[in-house]
Amino acid sequence: MPELTYIEAINEALREEMRRDDRVFLMGEDIGAYGGAFKATQGLIDEFGAERVRDTPIAEAAIIGTAVGSAIVGMRPVCEMQFADFVSCGFDQIVNVAGKLHWRSGLAAPITVRLPAGGGVSGGPFHSQNPEAWFMHAPGLKVVAPSTPADAKGLLLAAIRDPNPVIFIEHKALYRRARGEVPAGDYETPLRARVVREGSDLTVIAYGAMVHTALEATQDLDASVEVVDLRCLAPLDTETVLASVRKCSKVLVVDEANEVGAAGAYVAAVIAERAFDDLDGPVRRVAAAQIPIPFAPQLEAATLPDAGRIREACLDLLEY
Amino acid sequence: MTPPHDLEHEAPTRAVSLQAAPGSSHDHLDLDDRRRLLHLMLTTRAIEERGLLLYKQGKVPGSFYDGRGQEATAVGATYALGADDPVCPLIRDMGAHVVKGTSTAGILGQYLGRAGGVSGGREGNVHFGDWHRGVIPMVSMLPDMMVVATGMAMGFRMRGERRCALSFFGDGATSRGDWHEAMNWAAVQQLPVIFVLENNQLAYSTPLTQQFRVNPVERAAGYGMPAVTVDGNDVEAVFDATREARLRALDGGGPTLIEAVTMRMHGHGAHDDAAYVSPEVLAAWQEKDPIVRQAQRLSALGVDVDAVADEVKAEVADALAEALAMPVPDPATILDGLYCESEPQIVGRGDAPWSGHGDEAWGGADA
Repeated sequence: MPELTYIEAINEALREEMRRDDRVFLMGEDIGAYGGAFKATQGLIDEFGAERVRDTPIAEAAIIGTAVGSAIVGMRPVCEMQFADFVSCGFDQIVNVAGKLHWRSGLAAPITVRLPAGGGVSGGPFHSQNPEAWFMHAPGLKVVAPSTPADAKGLLLAAIRDPNPVIFIEHKALYRRARGEVPAGDYETPLRARVVREGSDLTVIAYGAMVHTALEATQDLDASVEVVDLRCLAPLDTETVLASVRKCSKVLVVDEANEVGAAGAYVAAVIAERAFDDLDGPVRRVAAAQIPIPFAPQLEAATLPDAGRIREACLDLLEY
Repeated sequence: MTPPHDLEHEAPTRAVSLQAAPGSSHDHLDLDDRRRLLHLMLTTRAIEERGLLLYKQGKVPGSFYDGRGQEATAVGATYALGADDPVCPLIRDMGAHVVKGTSTAGILGQYLGRAGGVSGGREGNVHFGDWHRGVIPMVSMLPDMMVVATGMAMGFRMRGERRCALSFFGDGATSRGDWHEAMNWAAVQQLPVIFVLENNQLAYSTPLTQQFRVNPVERAAGYGMPAVTVDGNDVEAVFDATREARLRALDGGGPTLIEAVTMRMHGHGAHDDAAYVSPEVLAAWQEKDPIVRQAQRLSALGVDVDAVADEVKAEVADALAEALAMPVPDPATILDGLYCESEPQIVGRGDAPWSGHGDEAWGGADA
C-alpha cells in the first residue's frame, strides 16, 4: 500500500473523484494555478481546467451560497475555505441556507466545505481556530474530522458523495506531519468512530490532531488505555462512544478547540446522561483555554492541550 | 412622534429616469397573455387577501406578510421565465409562486400551517417554495437567495444548459454584503442570472434615504453589469425588461439588474400599521394600482375583466375549502428528513405560461 501524507491523500481523493464523477468541481481562493494556500489542490487545474478548479473572488458567503445553488441543479461542489477561521464570513449560507434546506423542503444540498483548521503553527487568533462545534450545533449539517491520511481520503470521498452539506475539518498540523498507508483507488470510510487502540482501564476520546496527541500521551502509561477517534462529530457515533465507556468505566474527552460548548462538551454530556451507572469516576475533559489562540509559541503551547496535560488527566482518572 | 416620511421628496439621486423598458411589450404578448397576466395578478391578490382575513380571524399562526401593490413585479418578471428557469421569490413575491403553478390550496394550507401546505407546517407564511416547479424556498436573511441564484446560473453554465435563474430582493437587501458578493461574482463570471430589485420605497420602516446614497441601479455599472429601471406597477413593462434580460443571459451576455419601482401598500407585516407612511403618498400610489391598470388596458381592448375576476374568485374559494380540510401536521414526524438519506432530487420544471416560449426550453430538469 502506498504511503502518503495527509494532504497528499486529500489531493488524491479530489483527483480520483473528479475523474470518476464529472459533477464534482472545486471552488476556493487561490486553489487553481497556485494550488491552494496549503497546496491541497496542487496540479488539479492542469488535469481538470479552470472551469472545474475555480479560483473565486474573496467572498466566502458566495463560495458557499453558489455551491448550494449549483448543487440543487445537479452539481457536486467541493469548497475550500482558505483557513477554517474564514468560514465565519460564510456562516449564514451554511447554517441558514444549506443546513436547513432538506428538512424544510425536501430539497437536498450536497456540498462539501473543506476547512483547514487547528493550531500549533503560530497562526494566531485568526488562523488557528477549530470551529467544528459551531456546525455541530446547527441542524442538518454533517461534521467530519479525519486524523489519518487513510481516513482523510476515505472520509473525503464519503463526504463528497453524501447527499447532505458536509463540513470537512482538516487539521493543518497534520497536512505534512501525518504520513501513513493509504489504499489505492476507490473506498469510502464510514462516518463512524473508530477504536484506534483497544484498552480496558480508561477511554480517551479525541478527533483530528488530538488523536495523535492522545496516543502519544498514553503509550507509556502503566494501564490499558483505549483511544477512540470520533472521525464524525455530527451525527455523533454515540454507540461506539458509549460501548467504549461502558467497557472501561473511566473516560477523558479531548478537544483542541476552546473548551466552552466544544464537541467534547457534548460528548461528555452524552456520556454523563447515558452511561452514568457504568462510570467509576467523573467524566474529565482537556481542551483549549477559553481565549483566542495566541501567536507566540510559548503562549500557544500554554493554551492548547498537549500530551503532558492529557497524561496528567489520565493519571488522575486512573486513581479513582 | 416622528412625522411620516415624505417618500416622494426624499428619494436618493437617480440618473436613470423612470420609464418603460425599450421595445413594445405588445410585440411579445398576445391578448391571451395579457388576460392571463391579469388573472395571475388577481389570483395573487386574492390569495393574500384571503390569507390576511384568515390571520385576522386567528386561523393563521405566527405572523402574516403580503405584497399588496407589488403584484405586477413578481408576476411580470416570472412570466418571462421558461419552464427550466428557476426563481427565488422573496417576501413580496407570491406572484412568482402563482406563475410557476404552485397550487392555491397548497399556499393557503401553508398559511394555516397544515400538513397539506407546501412546507407541511414546517414553515409559515411566505417561507416556502415548490422546488419541484422551479421555485426555491427563501430564507429570511437578505439577500441570501441572490447568491444561491448565482450558483444555479453557474451550474447551468458548467452543465452547458441554456437556462437562467432569477432572484428577487428589496431595496433594503442591497445594503448587505451578500448583495455585493452576488453582483460581483455574477458579473465576473458573466453568469446567466437576472436580479430583480423591487424598490418598494421601504425596508420595514426605513426609507431609501437611510438605506443608500446612490441608487443600486446606478451601482450596477460599477460591477460591469447592465441595469434598467422599469415601472414596477406595469406588469407588461416588467415582463418585457425581464424578457430582454433573459435573452441576454441565455445568449451568454451575463447578468442584468432590473429595478422595478413600486410601493409597499401594506405594513411590513399584518402587525404593522405603517403609520410612518403619509396617507398622501399611499393615495398617490393607489392611483397606480397595477391590477386596476391592467384591467383598464384589457377593458379598452374589449376583454370582459369581470369574468376574469369571477374565475379567480371561484378558484380561490374552492382552494380555501380544500386548505381548511387539510389535517394539521403530526408532531411525531418532526425529526424526519433532517438529513437526505437517498439520491438527491434536483430542482424541477415549473409552468411557463407565456405564449412566446416555443421549443426553446432546455427540458432536462426532469432527468
